[in-house]
Amino acid sequence: MNAAAKITPALVAEHGLKPDEYQRLLDLIGREPSLTELGIFSAMWNEHCSYKSSKVHLRGLPTKGPHVIQGPGENAGVIDIGDGLACVFKMESHNHPSYIEPYQGAATGVGGILRDVFTMGARPIACLNALSFGAPEHAKTRHLVSGVVAGIGGYGNSFGVPTVGGSVRFHNRYDGNILVNAMAIGLAHKDKIFYAAASGVGMPIVYLGSKTGRDGIHGASMASAEFDDDSAEKRPTVQVGDPFSEKLLLEACLEIMEKGCVIAIQDMGAAGLTSSATEMGAKGDLGVTLDLDKVPCREEGMTAYEMMLSESQERMLMVLKPDKEKEAEAIFRKWGLDFAVVGETTPTKRFIVRHKGEVMADLPIKELGDSAPEYKRAFVTAEKLPVIDAGAVEARGSIADALERMIATPDLCSKRWVWEQYDHIIGGNTVQRPGGDAAVVRVEDGPKALAMCTDVTPRYCEASPFEGGKQAVAECWRNLTAVGATPLAITDNLNFGNPERPEIMGQFVGCVRGISEACKALDFPVVSGNVSLYNETNGKAILPTPSIGGIGLLEDFTNSATLAFKRDGDAILVVGETTGWLGQSIYLREICAREEGAPPPVDLIEERENGDFVRGLILDGTASAVHDLSDGGLLVALAEMAMASGIGATLDAPPDDIPAHAYWFGEDQARYIVTVPAARADAVLARARDASVLVSRIGTTGGDALKLGGERPLGVANLNERSEAWLPAYMAGEA
Amino acid sequence: MKAAVLVFPGINRERDMARTLKLVSGSTPNMVWHAEHELPAGTDLVVVPGGFSYGDYLRCGAIAARSPIMDAVRSFAGKGGLVLGVCNGFQILCESGLLPGVLMRNENLKFICHDVYLKVERSDSPFTRGYNAGQVIRVPVAHGEGNYIADGETIARLEGEGRVMFRYSSPDGMIDPNWNHNGAINAIAGIVNDKGNVLGMMPHPENHVEEAIGRTDGRGLFAGLTEALEKVA
Repeated sequence: MNAAAKITPALVAEHGLKPDEYQRLLDLIGREPSLTELGIFSAMWNEHCSYKSSKVHLRGLPTKGPHVIQGPGENAGVIDIGDGLACVFKMESHNHPSYIEPYQGAATGVGGILRDVFTMGARPIACLNALSFGAPEHAKTRHLVSGVVAGIGGYGNSFGVPTVGGSVRFHNRYDGNILVNAMAIGLAHKDKIFYAAASGVGMPIVYLGSKTGRDGIHGASMASAEFDDDSAEKRPTVQVGDPFSEKLLLEACLEIMEKGCVIAIQDMGAAGLTSSATEMGAKGDLGVTLDLDKVPCREEGMTAYEMMLSESQERMLMVLKPDKEKEAEAIFRKWGLDFAVVGETTPTKRFIVRHKGEVMADLPIKELGDSAPEYKRAFVTAEKLPVIDAGAVEARGSIADALERMIATPDLCSKRWVWEQYDHIIGGNTVQRPGGDAAVVRVEDGPKALAMCTDVTPRYCEASPFEGGKQAVAECWRNLTAVGATPLAITDNLNFGNPERPEIMGQFVGCVRGISEACKALDFPVVSGNVSLYNETNGKAILPTPSIGGIGLLEDFTNSATLAFKRDGDAILVVGETTGWLGQSIYLREICAREEGAPPPVDLIEERENGDFVRGLILDGTASAVHDLSDGGLLVALAEMAMASGIGATLDAPPDDIPAHAYWFGEDQARYIVTVPAARADAVLARARDASVLVSRIGTTGGDALKLGGERPLGVANLNERSEAWLPAYMAGEA
Repeated sequence: MKAAVLVFPGINRERDMARTLKLVSGSTPNMVWHAEHELPAGTDLVVVPGGFSYGDYLRCGAIAARSPIMDAVRSFAGKGGLVLGVCNGFQILCESGLLPGVLMRNENLKFICHDVYLKVERSDSPFTRGYNAGQVIRVPVAHGEGNYIADGETIARLEGEGRVMFRYSSPDGMIDPNWNHNGAINAIAGIVNDKGNVLGMMPHPENHVEEAIGRTDGRGLFAGLTEALEKVA
């Protein structure tokens, strides 16, 4: 054993291991570790890889269901979508690197999640993302938006996957820590899913893809620490993406999988070779011996330590069937990719790393992962905020003025500037492009299609983690429903501050409980996910942001509903109860400058009944347009439906018992707007009464303006201009 | 139709193209690997699809233009064979000397993906016989480097010889800088070579061939090609 380096307490601390964690390491191996071994432990036991603060709570999430083929624990989740096909999907964060180097951070975030999906044998068919930036006026925000959007586009466009949707928000709580959550969705044959578990002793372990360099060393450790003022110095820990190599890797991997060469496969993501090799061994109850002299390197003189911790991108580890090795190698050579046998499986359950004739590490493979520390961190549940009485919120200006202002705010304005930089049509299957409630992507030649979206309302989560967690799931379910899909499953990407602070841990625990409750009530299991903690700079944490990525199924994509009004004279119906809930609403924040009160509660039974009713109207062809109600409430949703079509509407006055501004802008949950041909409106209302679903008619489509009694007409063209103007102007430095 | 769709490392719209060729012409195209030296026997149409050949890390299309298969394509084109290049394919055809000019970064320096309107300049070509001259079609673009430019003499020749096939326009066919998203000179979206048998264009007609996925404006190009080739055969 090479023990050249002296392991000092300072060195241990630099590796992010606490003194008690180091003691745990010593107890486990019964001796002082080598430097390489210390590096391996730091990679496996950091928060990012070990989930040590979150694991105990994540166990409460529902992960099973009739459609679930593979839940959390593999590279990605897998669900059955019928006809022998499976949908493979996951969302993952690349927050810390994206703040330090936005283009490469975001690009490699996309690359990593795509690899997670095609590692399982699926061809990626779509990407989405969920982005949170700091306040527009913050000095770095424009640069970060520009870099992140270019990076996501730069990777996905070149790789050749359509980026079909996502969300973008701005808030000063993300000034020091932006969030870049990337989601990928792939399609595989149900009986040809590939997993990480190795099997068989003496099997060759093969390294595939790009060469190993010194980039990204300690990337996972960086993602497990807070930022301070010197974080820009961490730029060398950000990896550099190469979408061209990834595209080759995709084609080569799918080709050798098709030829039946692969026993097990694992991508090299966070903690690179260390994490992939130990995972393959541990999951297969086998040992692994690696010979680092065989690893293709980009740079000379790389040490074992550097090779084991490199996070160079576009690399894979596989166990191949020995009789198919030559065939697999030929395919990789054809694609111009590196192919090297770098080790073998052993019966010993040891993880042995050799370099230049010396053993650099000799560790128990299962314990490396299984014995990672697990914390039941202290948490405090924040006090409930008071419910804000809508009657006590004074209206500011007219309803018309408020709407015009709101649709031009950073959070509600059109995000066209963003998604036009993403190729969202490649593949020829994009049924619904960005800008709707959910994207719809046809499955092969149809008629099936998948609906997909990402959602969370961080200000609700901050005000009430439990209700906010519920709401994130419910809104995702609602968005899928609004295009006519049956929601099947979710992936969750849980972004929070420092879990060592009880109030942050309280947010985490509350949100996870809320997510769990909503998933159970809506039969919407969690099949994959990722936790990103320590999103905090100088003690200031982000808003709790559990991004939810949902997948729904449409049996026939030609039945999907869109939010654009279709014609003059359709009846406009609101499904669900409107009480005028202003607490934590966009109106309260943007018009009254108050971020206050309890968020709207989510009644999950009502959510489900209302959604099922709406889906029924879509599938039987009754609904002509559908839109979910969320940020900004009823009038913002109506404006969006008008702007998408150029058709206006005449709207009835609010009921007497709700103040007008609360009626138009309140954010009560479980609601949709549905338009139906006027002649069928009464029948739909009767059907709703029979189903005990609250539906009321609030107006009629037509004309080129939104007309509210007592307010000046709001021209649709003018609304559109306002909604489209802000982001391009801001990015050009003009707003 | 016996089409050959070229596949270079990093090309990514070859599947879209193959599917569209099959859908419109009824025949499945051959996928031809860049390292090949010959086109399949009987090939009557070569298609260079879109994507990011070799990552476009060097000038777009520059490396692919030097692939072994491109010698075969040059020889095929020299004998009058029909060659269609779309997006990265257009860039590759320019780099390989089959078409004049070059595609620069979009004027706003950003990748742009959205529908554009194209004015079809003439309909007396195998590529555009499915349209009427002056017709406006709506098809998507998805590129970062589509800003066509050539020296003044070349542009004058292209214009003088009527070799501009498609121009970016307004929905009613007006040539207007506001509707020229990438800043191409004379709003040029697609051109042919001097013999008229090689077309390069930036927009993606192959992505607008199905009503259910949006529109069918791109169909005319493939339907026209199919007809033209059937007539020859």
